[in-house]
Amino acid sequence: MATKITLNGESVTLEVADDTPLLWAIRDHAGLTGTKFGCGIGMCGACTVHINGRATRSCITPVSDVAGTSVTTIEGLGGEGAHPLQDAWVKAQAPQCGYCQSGQIMQAATLLQDFPNPTDEQINEVMSGNLCRCMAYVRIREAIHLASDAMGATASDAEEKADA
Amino acid sequence: MIKRVILGAVVILVVAAFIIVWNPSISRIDPPAAGAFKQADIDHGKVLAGLGNCGTCHTANDQKPFAGGVSFPTPFGTLYSANITPDPDTGIGHWSEEAFVRALREGVDREGEHLFPAFPYTHFTKVTDEDLHDLYAYLMTRDPVSQEKPANQLEFPFSLRPLQAGWKLLFFDDQRFEPNADKSDAWNRGAYIAEGLGHCTACHSPRNDFGAEQAGAAYDGALVDGWYAPALNASHSTPVAWTEEELYQYLRNGGSALHGVAAGSMAEVVHQGLAKAPDSDIHALATYFHDLSGADGTDAAEARKTAATAIRDAKAAGQRQMGHGEEIYAAACASCHANDPDSPNLLRPELSLNSAVTAPDPTNLLRVTLEGIDSPSGLDGVVMPAFHDALSDEDLVALADFLRKKVDRPAWKNLQARIGELRQP
Repeated sequence: MATKITLNGESVTLEVADDTPLLWAIRDHAGLTGTKFGCGIGMCGACTVHINGRATRSCITPVSDVAGTSVTTIEGLGGEGAHPLQDAWVKAQAPQCGYCQSGQIMQAATLLQDFPNPTDEQINEVMSGNLCRCMAYVRIREAIHLASDAMGATASDAEEKADA
Repeated sequence: MIKRVILGAVVILVVAAFIIVWNPSISRIDPPAAGAFKQADIDHGKVLAGLGNCGTCHTANDQKPFAGGVSFPTPFGTLYSANITPDPDTGIGHWSEEAFVRALREGVDREGEHLFPAFPYTHFTKVTDEDLHDLYAYLMTRDPVSQEKPANQLEFPFSLRPLQAGWKLLFFDDQRFEPNADKSDAWNRGAYIAEGLGHCTACHSPRNDFGAEQAGAAYDGALVDGWYAPALNASHSTPVAWTEEELYQYLRNGGSALHGVAAGSMAEVVHQGLAKAPDSDIHALATYFHDLSGADGTDAAEARKTAATAIRDAKAAGQRQMGHGEEIYAAACASCHANDPDSPNLLRPELSLNSAVTAPDPTNLLRVTLEGIDSPSGLDGVVMPAFHDALSDEDLVALADFLRKKVDRPAWKNLQARIGELRQP
């Protein structure tokens, strides 16, 4: 069966079996390899992508369940430029081996949507499902705070401009 | 002499039984021509078919709407829904409006055979003449689909249709909806929809040994169609009472921040059925169910406060339960479900407020965890992954026990067995 989705803004038809995990449709059929395979059971977060803007584990999401939705991967997160989280990731030098980071960043983007100024406790709660074998958690948390500040600053700039 | 009396009594009984059981056939008509109905009636009929959720039970294949063939496993055997397209040979093309109205009001088909009450004529009998006319107009103007109904597989003697006459004597009132003069127009409109076409108690009320809705247990909640339809009256299990606005949001959009999202059969009710209804009808349903839930006077601020307390308590209880269930929750659930107690997010369904966790039956939690939620269900476009290959039976038991402890409810019994049943395709 073919499943139609919007992938990073482009309409694509995935010619795969209905129960194919979205992860493999993205990596093997659409050729976007920024999204990683980690555990394959939704317990490590490496495969996190956005479905209609919400972080979701793609390794255990059947492709037929996302028919008609808009899927965003790390390649499409920032649109043309970099997402503030990607800038913050560089600034904080968050990754070590880097394998988990696309999943971390996709999850963090949803975190910042839901909690624009997250506390450490909120970061821990939402990000605990994204494992990092290099134990870069402290820098990941720092990067999330940096991005939150940057996004808050952008938002208040925009408000000031709107007021003016 | 005595022989004659006995003989006379037997004859009277046989004739009486015949009169009760027997219904005349209603003559065949030629399928109505395309212009036989007013467009306004057809359009209104479409809304009514949505309120009655006809499509869900009468559509097995999306390409063949209303062509029937959906199977319904019951304790008495398996029933199949009928083809209600106007196909003359396999559908209701030969049915006059009189025959259609009799089927919906009395549970008798055109040829005079009793219908089984899986078809909720016990509710449709409450519907007005005008609404039945419009519904008929809508169905008779659908594309005819030629599709034979699979034969029912009912066990003897339940397969005998004449016995349904006895069932009707016991459990069926052929009564139109009577408005309650003490209630508002909106309430009465909501009650008319819910008790009539909407047939809400068909799923939300437990049934007796004869498959009839239990008297005095309306909206107590029941396991039906593979899902647990939670209690909607004051016996509901959720910590937060429904406000009218939350009910409206749930029925209109498929989710409420202080309760959860519509999954399973209810997702079809919201997204395929009620979606066609005007806002006024959804508000009317909200008015009716708000009253029914015994939550009169609950305001939004009070509901949010109760929710905040419930979430805080659940978080605190969770932290005292370090174990395998907590590990799974932290790794697999919290990323999408953790909330700020003071502002639970509709897009992060809060499990401690959700009937899937607080209800006396584990089916909904287990099914949603195993199967996930696809994009047409739940909230528009929000998807939940399917954990059937990710979590073992032991993992699921530990997770369910953990979630129940968080909300201070007793552990569900027989979880392992229920998981086994639900894992069967």
